[in-house]
Amino acid sequence: MSRLVVKGGRIIDPAQHIDRVADLAIEDGTIREIAENIESSGSEVFDARGLVVAPGFIDMHVHLREPGFEHAETIETGSRAAAAGGFTSICCMPNTQPVNDNATVTSYIVDRARRFARVNVFPIGAITRNSAGEELAAFASMKQAGIVAISDDGKPVMNARVVRRAMEFAFGLDLPLIEHCEDLHLSAGGDMHEGLTSTRLGLRGIPRCSEDVMVARDIILAEVTGARYHVAHLSSANSVELVADAKRRGLRVTAEATPHHFALADGDMPPYDSNYKMKPPLRESRDVAAITRGLCDGTIDAIATDHAPHAGAEKMREFERCPFGILGFETAIGLALERLFHTDAANLTQIIRLFTQGPAQIVLPDRGTLLAGASADVTIFGTEHEWTYDVNQSSSKSRNTPFHGHRFRGGPVATIVGGEIVWRLDR
Amino acid sequence: MARRGLLDIESLTRENIDSILTRSKDFQPPADRPFQRFDILRNRTIVNLFFEASTRTRTSFEIAARRLGAEVISITAAGSSVSKGESLVDTLNTLGAMRPDCIVMRHSASGAPHFLSRYLPIPFVNAGDGTHEHPTQALLDARTILDRRGSLEGLRVAIIGDIAHSRVARSNIFLLSKFGVQVVLCGPPSLLPREIGRIAPGLELTSDMEQAIRGVDVIMMLRVQLERQHEAAFPANEYFQFYGLRPEHVELAKPDVIVMHPGPINRGREISSEVADSQRSAILNQVGNGIAVRMAVLERVLAT
Repeated sequence: MSRLVVKGGRIIDPAQHIDRVADLAIEDGTIREIAENIESSGSEVFDARGLVVAPGFIDMHVHLREPGFEHAETIETGSRAAAAGGFTSICCMPNTQPVNDNATVTSYIVDRARRFARVNVFPIGAITRNSAGEELAAFASMKQAGIVAISDDGKPVMNARVVRRAMEFAFGLDLPLIEHCEDLHLSAGGDMHEGLTSTRLGLRGIPRCSEDVMVARDIILAEVTGARYHVAHLSSANSVELVADAKRRGLRVTAEATPHHFALADGDMPPYDSNYKMKPPLRESRDVAAITRGLCDGTIDAIATDHAPHAGAEKMREFERCPFGILGFETAIGLALERLFHTDAANLTQIIRLFTQGPAQIVLPDRGTLLAGASADVTIFGTEHEWTYDVNQSSSKSRNTPFHGHRFRGGPVATIVGGEIVWRLDR
Repeated sequence: MARRGLLDIESLTRENIDSILTRSKDFQPPADRPFQRFDILRNRTIVNLFFEASTRTRTSFEIAARRLGAEVISITAAGSSVSKGESLVDTLNTLGAMRPDCIVMRHSASGAPHFLSRYLPIPFVNAGDGTHEHPTQALLDARTILDRRGSLEGLRVAIIGDIAHSRVARSNIFLLSKFGVQVVLCGPPSLLPREIGRIAPGLELTSDMEQAIRGVDVIMMLRVQLERQHEAAFPANEYFQFYGLRPEHVELAKPDVIVMHPGPINRGREISSEVADSQRSAILNQVGNGIAVRMAVLERVLAT
């Protein structure tokens, strides 16, 4: 029997309404108990005094680039970066090469993850074949092979009838449909948020309305079909309102936001720095404020990083030719603490819920809690220690981040997956 | 010019601009004598790298460099390794290894020279980047106005046409507003984004041509940039009817109004032939001043 006791930490589990200093005992990969003064002789001990001990963090929106783009990231390197960011479970989007639109690709990812991943990896299947937006992909067999949701992330499904049919089909399988909301006719070749900065820099804009019209369309379709609908990476203040309204009306609508969308605005970009180029784009301070409010008032259910590695050469081009996306794992907790906790916008229970219970209810109902008997995924972090992010030390294969050199207060300290410490901070 | 080159007007101070404009007077040829040659940039090598078609700007930079005694090599994209799939950074690293003293670059991507100057130690002069800026055009426009007015302060200037896609408009907006010029921007609403009214202080926006022109000292017409429009932003056949400059418009401006156009002009599209060829037109003065202003810029960037 293997046994690990995490001693003296402040244990916060929003799913069980726990917030107290105690010990946590793990046996054979499952949570055994939370109690004071747990006997630890003969066990491995982790001293968590002064630290927060939380259910393992879940990142429900990541890109691991395998199969097909292994020069930018692999399941192994991406999952190591996830562990270093405090994440114990990650859900990888299907825009690989080939696209994860059938059970063979799903099984390949599951198998590679079993052999090489540092954390739990859960694939998300495509909505349409090759994510081309036309024929539906094989949801049912992919579900048997291990997908936890469907999405054509990166490529919005432009045809509303296809979305409707996909929702009907997903409803029967109880799979959430995750949409990358962007009307491609409205965003037409844009490179950053349409606003003062894009106008000043002469860059083509991606207007807020390109997100808003698709969120609105999909909410209407979710109402028609009864399906579980999840908005990926909310960025627009208007879309936050649309989601809030759908929730008030009792629809099964959920949403996520990325750390960069609550930490940065379009004007923060140094001129033409492609490390600030992503979809949806960084918007304006009023959008940042709306996203922050949405995270704090429960409109937004989850923080997801949209970790999107790109090899160096791909981002070293003219701004308009650079691909969209930035790294996300290793800076997520630091940014959440900086923007939500140290500003007193949210307390630790709220923040932890956004990383655990929130995403778990959407994609991983058995995880995101320290309930006895649950899989022993635990995230241990500090709220006060100062550190500087050096992307050159990252486990990711890529280096595309706007946060290189950023000074953080608080961040991940150790990551436990299935009872095993898979990462701990050197200090 | 913190980075030595000239990337845009926005980051220049009024003093920077003043000193270029003042110096460019020295390079204007007297009307009755041929151009004077200088040896200020003797033994210097300037590479003109044009990734977009250009006749006037490339020729103008080339002549400016030669009149200062520099050697010039002009490269156009069609003959370069870019067409063989080489990345921009690799192309520039290769050129950089040949140690030119300065690269004059035109590129279709906004910010291309800004991006390159982060990686290369060579000074860049921006000869037009996408829909962002065309700094030497604004400098030569200012020189042309100053030749006829003496001061920019307090003038009223209308810039008319495809504001959204115009790098000439952006550079002129930044330059003129630094000198206390009242700038009126005019175009069809789909080519006149509201945000552009906030990129500099004191801008006015209107889609009414007559309102824009009434009482102005200068009318700057822009070329309709069909190649930069990725969609049908306006019905093309209606453009001249509503936004083409005709003699009756010019009557609304000050009697000594200056009519300008960065060229190449589309007669009958954004400007009528009568206006283009009239006494009010400064279009050919602009071309002449282009050389003088570019000489002042190259001297400033290169002379140590």
